[in-house]
Amino acid sequence: MEFLAFLLRRIMWSLLVLFGLSVVIFTIARVVPGDPARMALGPSASADQVAALQEALGLNAPMWEQYIRFLSGLTQGDLGRSLLTEQSVTVDIAKTFPATLELVLCTILLAFVTGVPLGVAAARWKDRWPDNLVRAIAIGSAVVPSFFLALLLQILAGYVLQILPTTGRLPAGMRFDADITGLLVIDSVLHGRFDVLGEALRHLLLPATALAAATMGQIARITRASMIDVSRQDYIEAARAFGIPDRVRLFKYSLRPAFVPPLTILGLEFASLIGGAFVVELIFSWPGMAAYGVRAITQKDLNAIMGVVMVSGVFFVMVNLVIDLLVGIVDPRVRIRGTRA
Amino acid sequence: MSEPVVPQEALSNAWQNWYRFSRNPTAVIGALIVILCVSMAILAPYITPYPEHVGSFVDFRNRHQPPSALHWFGTDNVGRDILTRVIYGLRVSLILAVVVLGIAIPVGTILGLMAGYYGGWTEIIIMRITDIALAIPPLVMALAVAAVLSPSLINSMLAISALWWTWHTRLIYSITRQLRSQEFVEAAETLGASKAHILFREILPNCVSAIAVKTSLDAGFVILIGAALSFLGLGIQPPTPDLGTMVADGASYLPDFWWESMLPGSAILFLALGFNLLGDGLRDLFDVEDVR
Repeated sequence: MEFLAFLLRRIMWSLLVLFGLSVVIFTIARVVPGDPARMALGPSASADQVAALQEALGLNAPMWEQYIRFLSGLTQGDLGRSLLTEQSVTVDIAKTFPATLELVLCTILLAFVTGVPLGVAAARWKDRWPDNLVRAIAIGSAVVPSFFLALLLQILAGYVLQILPTTGRLPAGMRFDADITGLLVIDSVLHGRFDVLGEALRHLLLPATALAAATMGQIARITRASMIDVSRQDYIEAARAFGIPDRVRLFKYSLRPAFVPPLTILGLEFASLIGGAFVVELIFSWPGMAAYGVRAITQKDLNAIMGVVMVSGVFFVMVNLVIDLLVGIVDPRVRIRGTRA
Repeated sequence: MSEPVVPQEALSNAWQNWYRFSRNPTAVIGALIVILCVSMAILAPYITPYPEHVGSFVDFRNRHQPPSALHWFGTDNVGRDILTRVIYGLRVSLILAVVVLGIAIPVGTILGLMAGYYGGWTEIIIMRITDIALAIPPLVMALAVAAVLSPSLINSMLAISALWWTWHTRLIYSITRQLRSQEFVEAAETLGASKAHILFREILPNCVSAIAVKTSLDAGFVILIGAALSFLGLGIQPPTPDLGTMVADGASYLPDFWWESMLPGSAILFLALGFNLLGDGLRDLFDVEDVR
């Protein structure tokens, strides 16, 4: 029951964050630039053209009325029209978002399946060479710029060794319509197209690695700290006294509670992960939302920019809600206590 | 004239700290890298081999020269010496870090102290605002601001600072909350100390080591974000040398002229590594495990 109340509280929190986010975005896009219509048309447009676009965009209404309109549009999933593609921003983002979602989910998975074992190994052999090695990896992954790593991987695996594709989600000639979830990895299995699955995974590997590095280092470090923390608890001492084997103690008794801090970190780090996706998608010509966002930004397409920032925020909030749920599943104490920290 | 009075205890304390610092290889290597980069950035006009290559200098006969004794880092697509531009590029990265942290740390610290100490509505309002700011990727925010205003170093710095204080607020908030009910704070309250005294003279000194670690680690991250921003073409504008811009420009000549992007990229890595090692070493030194 307490857990339900906790989740409800978190959902309220999420709505509040989204509301705040809408205010921030509205301020950046409508209040700061002065005249969005002039910005969209450029300096060579005539005063009449600007006035017409102002009228069409509803920019003559008072600021609060514009905000109400923006907000009610948001609640109906309407982000306005893109000045560049002349389409609804919602449609544009819906088209590009699955590619980003697929990349980000694979990145998270990759960061966890590499980061957690590294952290466990470092904690198990604390102050010995595996610990030092993991520490070096964690620092290295934290300081390498994501775009630099992306370029490096592209050269090494793509050009020098020529073992992995360096651009896009699928080979140029391959036809496949991801019409169920939009995620190639899942849809290809549902359609029984395992050739597509293989290609999709091959294309995912380099961008996901470039994006995962920073998060992986953080997760390894936090897992190590929390494993060491748990191993000092009385019940682990008791388990040792009862002669329960090392392996069982490590994986069954320590790892499960030690899993909570890395999950929490992932929630916090998620915003910077999306930021990293902006750079990585561009380098690997990944047809995702971030690439769309960068194009919108360089073309000063305000509605598209607002849409992309808003969707990034919604994505962040959703991932954090899922993490709250997962933490409740992993650590039953949370379900009773009703907080995750 | 009497000699200045140095309390024996304080002296030995400083010595002790220095000794512990010098025995920590991570911290020392980090500090050396940071000192090296900072002094190169400051002395750039005097130590660079070709100071005239900083601006929009062009020498097409010498374009795409590989690293050699004349040009240690090679030359770029218009024949400018890359080492010179890398050293100048350090300036931009360091200024970015100094300004962003110079805004974020005081703001974040004061808000964190207030939220942690006063509690109630102050806490609710401040912490809810940090929650909102955490949901926005700093890089995306900086990109959006650069697009709406104009791409410039100042705009990027403002955009990143506008979000960065939240991390410091969260850190100071959690420390302050733990300290609020400790005896020395309660004693100061009982003695009728002013709020300002309690916040800045009783609680703040206990946050200093955490702030030092966080600042050092943060400097590395801010530099990485700034580099990513200019890699995307929305940071400081050419011809001012900037490491991220150089990587982006050189990337079109990969893999043949690898030095044009790989060496400036390594410079960013080196600088960020220095701050991270320093922060990591300080964390061990001050024993503040939970500061990231």
